[in-house]
Amino acid sequence: MSTRRDFMGMALGGFTAAGAIGGLYAAKRTWDPLPSVKAAGSTVIDLSEAIEGEPMTEKWRGKPIFVLKKTAEMPAHDRDVVVDGARYHVSIALCTHLGCIPAYKKADQTFFCACHGGVFDTSGTNLPGLPPPSPLEIPPFKIEGNTLVLGSEGPEYLEMKKNNLVV
Amino acid sequence: MAKIDEKAFPFSKQWLDDRLALTTVMKVLNTEYWIPKNINFLWAMGMILAATFGILLISGIFLLMYYVPTVEGAFDSVNYTIMTEVGYGWLWRHIHGIGASLVFLIIYIHMFTGIYYGSYKRGREMIWISGMLLFVLFSAEAFSGYMLPWGQMSYWAGMVITNLFSGGSLEAYGLVEWIRGDYVPGQAFLGRFFMLHVLLLPLVIIGAIVFHFATLRLPHVNNQDGEEVDFEESARLWKEGTVESRKKSEVIPFSPVFLSKDIFVMGVYFILFFYLVFYNFNFAMDPVNFDPADGLKTPAHIYPEWYFLWSYEILRPFSKDLGLIAFAIAQVIFFALPFLDRSPNVAPASKRGLFQIWFWLMLVDIIVLTFMGKLPPTDPAFAFIGLVSAVLFFVLWAALPFITMFEKKIKE
Amino acid sequence: MNKELKILAVVVFFTGLLYWGVEPYAHHAMHAKYDGQGNEIKIESHGFVYDGTTEANVNGVIVADLERKVMEEGSPEPKAVLAAKLAAAKDIQSKKASFWKEVGTIAELKGDATAGEAGFASCMGCHNGLNMNMGGVIPPNLDHAGALYDKNYLIALLKDPAMASNVDHKYADTSMHPMGSIKGTMSHQQIADVVAFMKEKKAAEPTAKQAFMEACVRCHAMRYDKVTQLGEAPKTKENIKTGHDIEAMKYAQKVAEEQATLATYMGKLPPDLSMIIRARSGHFMETFIEDPQTQLPGTSMPRVGLSEEGYEKVHQYLMDIGDPSKPARDIAAPWVLGFFVIFTILAYLWKRHQWKDLH
Repeated sequence: MSTRRDFMGMALGGFTAAGAIGGLYAAKRTWDPLPSVKAAGSTVIDLSEAIEGEPMTEKWRGKPIFVLKKTAEMPAHDRDVVVDGARYHVSIALCTHLGCIPAYKKADQTFFCACHGGVFDTSGTNLPGLPPPSPLEIPPFKIEGNTLVLGSEGPEYLEMKKNNLVV
Repeated sequence: MAKIDEKAFPFSKQWLDDRLALTTVMKVLNTEYWIPKNINFLWAMGMILAATFGILLISGIFLLMYYVPTVEGAFDSVNYTIMTEVGYGWLWRHIHGIGASLVFLIIYIHMFTGIYYGSYKRGREMIWISGMLLFVLFSAEAFSGYMLPWGQMSYWAGMVITNLFSGGSLEAYGLVEWIRGDYVPGQAFLGRFFMLHVLLLPLVIIGAIVFHFATLRLPHVNNQDGEEVDFEESARLWKEGTVESRKKSEVIPFSPVFLSKDIFVMGVYFILFFYLVFYNFNFAMDPVNFDPADGLKTPAHIYPEWYFLWSYEILRPFSKDLGLIAFAIAQVIFFALPFLDRSPNVAPASKRGLFQIWFWLMLVDIIVLTFMGKLPPTDPAFAFIGLVSAVLFFVLWAALPFITMFEKKIKE
Repeated sequence: MNKELKILAVVVFFTGLLYWGVEPYAHHAMHAKYDGQGNEIKIESHGFVYDGTTEANVNGVIVADLERKVMEEGSPEPKAVLAAKLAAAKDIQSKKASFWKEVGTIAELKGDATAGEAGFASCMGCHNGLNMNMGGVIPPNLDHAGALYDKNYLIALLKDPAMASNVDHKYADTSMHPMGSIKGTMSHQQIADVVAFMKEKKAAEPTAKQAFMEACVRCHAMRYDKVTQLGEAPKTKENIKTGHDIEAMKYAQKVAEEQATLATYMGKLPPDLSMIIRARSGHFMETFIEDPQTQLPGTSMPRVGLSEEGYEKVHQYLMDIGDPSKPARDIAAPWVLGFFVIFTILAYLWKRHQWKDLH
């Protein structure tokens, strides 16, 4: 058969492939998280409920969050969130090793992960020589009065991020 | 074990041929699958149906990702989540709805093409029977899919159609409850029809499509004059490859020659298809089904989708038992066409005398039945026309063997 | 080629015929309404002008139907029953006619907005936005009343709420319209003044959603926009220790109680309107909202009294919620259709080439 046949056949094939890419784009958009899921990505935490030395657990984007109002004895850290003069440790309560939830040991003032024995102090810093490779992750937050809005990046968060303190 | 070429490069043509007989497969299915030259665009309906089924499958997959098969969640998952939240969810839903409607239009065109050209007999009986089997399977698929949005029409269509299985005076309500898994269509009913729609029926349909293709391979497709084509001689002429010999050959290979025409016809079809998807989708999405299912309130008018109207109308004008029997016969009578047509002629209806009248009467009768099926039964004029058309439907079928028995033989 | 076009013409003809029969023709036949003589009644919108025309039309059909039945009835006893019904229908017909005539005279009075302010202030006792059910239903917020409702309707409402809303049949026995106590308490001039006040001071243009919230929400929910009979549903948070959202549960109970009161008062729970724009035709919605009795005789839904502009706002909101994909469709349509047109042209060229030397 002549070359023209190849040309027309290939033109049609190429054009169809271009259309298929359009179809794949629609398919990709269908796989995206729904707008309602995205909109639900913010959690407001009322800090007035926090008790010194007693971590409370909140939920943000389906993950557990530690909020610990520090007592005077607990060492201060650049990772602390300061609201109204009080210092808070706020982090995603998932061990940076393999994602288990550490439990707070009041006697030792540490977060202990039962899965592989990882330990974090009250600033979320991982103790050396144990499996976790990095401190507990700090979620994006914004301070609004006496509340903390998780999911939006306030100036305090951006400052920490700049200093590589959030992870 | 067959001989293989040890030196062939992995995944090269020779390597694949040794293992999969790729060249042979391509020949059998494509380049040496011979189609008569003497055809028109109606011969493209089979590929259009295959393409539409593919489109229904793909759009269905995306709908399935967000559809919730519970009586509490179904309506909102379709009308809110898919239509409002999911990116291009509306596109999949419109494509799925339009596809479900158009697939029946093409099936009917495909069927009546076969009837007109006599493509169901003298070696082609299994093509017809497997095709009718596909029609029944698609009907079941359409009905089960119609349940899923769980609107008023879903609920009441489910109620009415499952009630048919009580068998009239047989009062087999136990059977009806068994089908529903409940006294009325409820969670059990929705769950099992969901399963049928997304798993069991599609699997069976895919199998039946393969079977339908297989039935074509030996007798080959018919042509528009019903001529006996000498496929071997024509294939030889085609393979000779000269312009002269190809002109003399009565056949063309499925790919690329036949396919090029199919794809052009498909293009025209897709323009219509997507015009409907964007601008005229309402005809495939009944307004009544945008009211959520309510078991305590029947809609003012209940009617099936347009493609079931003719058989629904056959049920309606008679008393309960007679109607059910008529309905049951109407569902299966087309299967018997190859055996009720007693004439040996394979030719277009225009050359078959009385059969030509039979064909057009049958077509018009089914269209009239379709009209009447949607109109309210309260009007006596409509009810009368419905009754006459339903009776005519059976008279035509009863007359078919006699009309065709005395048909003049066209050629030996 | 010629033959193919002929075949195509046959296929197109029968497909078109089929479409015509199951769509336009069937819908026409299904939704047609007939009077006693079998003539088709055309229900048309009156452009949201409220002057008693729709009442006169509906009552005219009822009276004509009864007159025919009285004529046809042979035996004396049923004839007497029918005659009594006819007399009652004629009575209603004349009462309505004189009511709307009076509304017309009030409309011609010049209203004084300043004088109307005091009168309007007394409306606030009930129309206070506190979501308190009074006599079966929550009194609507009037913030945009002047922009949403027709002047004649407002006059009629202050004169006799049941007559204005064309639901007087509901209160024929002993019960009273929740706003019925106002009937006959205001002079014609006072009515004109209060209406003038609303038309001047409560006439800021509402958004589509505000229009819906004020005109429809006390009875109809809109769950796809998180709107209940009590208005916008509050944002609440679950207790992560129990997984339950107690505030949401309490709110759901409040809504359920309000719905129960409403359902008792209306006879049934008015439907959620999230999908109504897909479930009913545009023509139905327009005539139904203008006067529900034209489409559903005997319904307890009152006339809403929207002006044309008010209706357009409400309609816009129903479209926004019920058919949200319209903008996306309009963007995608030319691309997809254009693609297939070019696809078909290319396919035709390919086909022509493949078939060139075949005959």
